[in-house]
Amino acid sequence: MLVDTLDVTPARFHADTGWEIKPEGACRGDVCVPLPDGFSLTGAAERLGMALVEEPAHGLWAVGPESVTGRALVSAEAPELELADLDGRTWRLSSLRGQKVVLVAWAPY
Amino acid sequence: MEIVTVSLELSGPEASREFIEAARPEHPSLLDPTHRMDTLFGVVNIPNVIWIDERGTIARPPEPGWPGAAAYPQSLAERLAERARLAAEAREAAIARGETPPMDLMTQLGSGQTRDGYADALRDWARRGAGSAYALTPDEVVAASQPRPPSASAAAAHFELANHLWRAGHREAAIRHFNACHRLEPDNWTYKRQAWSLVGNERVGGEMGRLSQAPLPGEEADWPFESNFDADVARLAPGRYYPKTL
Repeated sequence: MLVDTLDVTPARFHADTGWEIKPEGACRGDVCVPLPDGFSLTGAAERLGMALVEEPAHGLWAVGPESVTGRALVSAEAPELELADLDGRTWRLSSLRGQKVVLVAWAPY
Repeated sequence: MEIVTVSLELSGPEASREFIEAARPEHPSLLDPTHRMDTLFGVVNIPNVIWIDERGTIARPPEPGWPGAAAYPQSLAERLAERARLAAEAREAAIARGETPPMDLMTQLGSGQTRDGYADALRDWARRGAGSAYALTPDEVVAASQPRPPSASAAAAHFELANHLWRAGHREAAIRHFNACHRLEPDNWTYKRQAWSLVGNERVGGEMGRLSQAPLPGEEADWPFESNFDADVARLAPGRYYPKTL
């Protein structure tokens, strides 16, 4: 998640990280992490173990993914994945619910 | 079962287009310029494969996987054969000197997950689902996903900055963040191969450009990264580049 301000709304945080801010805390799938002081980007990042790295010369901060559980997958429930194809058409992993899916990561390098 | 391919390449769709069009896929073939596969699933190298069942539950986390035995385009096959010949010569020379012979790069790359059986395992799961011996339980999936210490989160943040800054033309700042990323998470090969290939492609170009991921002979001092493919692979213990998970 790349931001030019630390004043970020819960909706933006949800869209960019997959963690939804609910009364019980920051939640993704069946995992919720309490946010006793309410939502702020820096507070949620600290609770979720998300690194906050500043690039002052360009006025940017990058927020890393959660590390709170110590594993890349916080649960076996597949996170939503939204990507575009060569023609710019948006595709969502959830559109294939009901079928087995094999995701293959490759690269031209 | 639906196969979905995802290209982890930051420098725009054209870098992936020729490969996608040559494969004429009938399945979704997507572009992931910011490496969301790394942050969302824990992909750390390519190829990496993830199995997801009908309910959206992951049955195997990212792992090295192939459709079958390696098949390379002829130009790459010739280059690899030349590399193997040079490695064999170096090995014989080391033995002649009474030294421990170095591990050959291709031997190293092939020493973990075996290519041949992976598709059979996938077919077994396609038929049997949760009854397949290869299907993991949800707890096993989480436990088998990549470790994610705070340093890995910081590496991803540096990578995102590097990715953005490179595309915006801020080359020096981008390389600074790439190097920080690589130091923090040296086991993530997509973060490293992506960065090395950008510079390799500038210097070599052509169809081998992006596969050039180390300084050219005589240009070592001009390589902007603290790491490169050849040196980093040589430092690995056998089987660690594509770890065996099946």
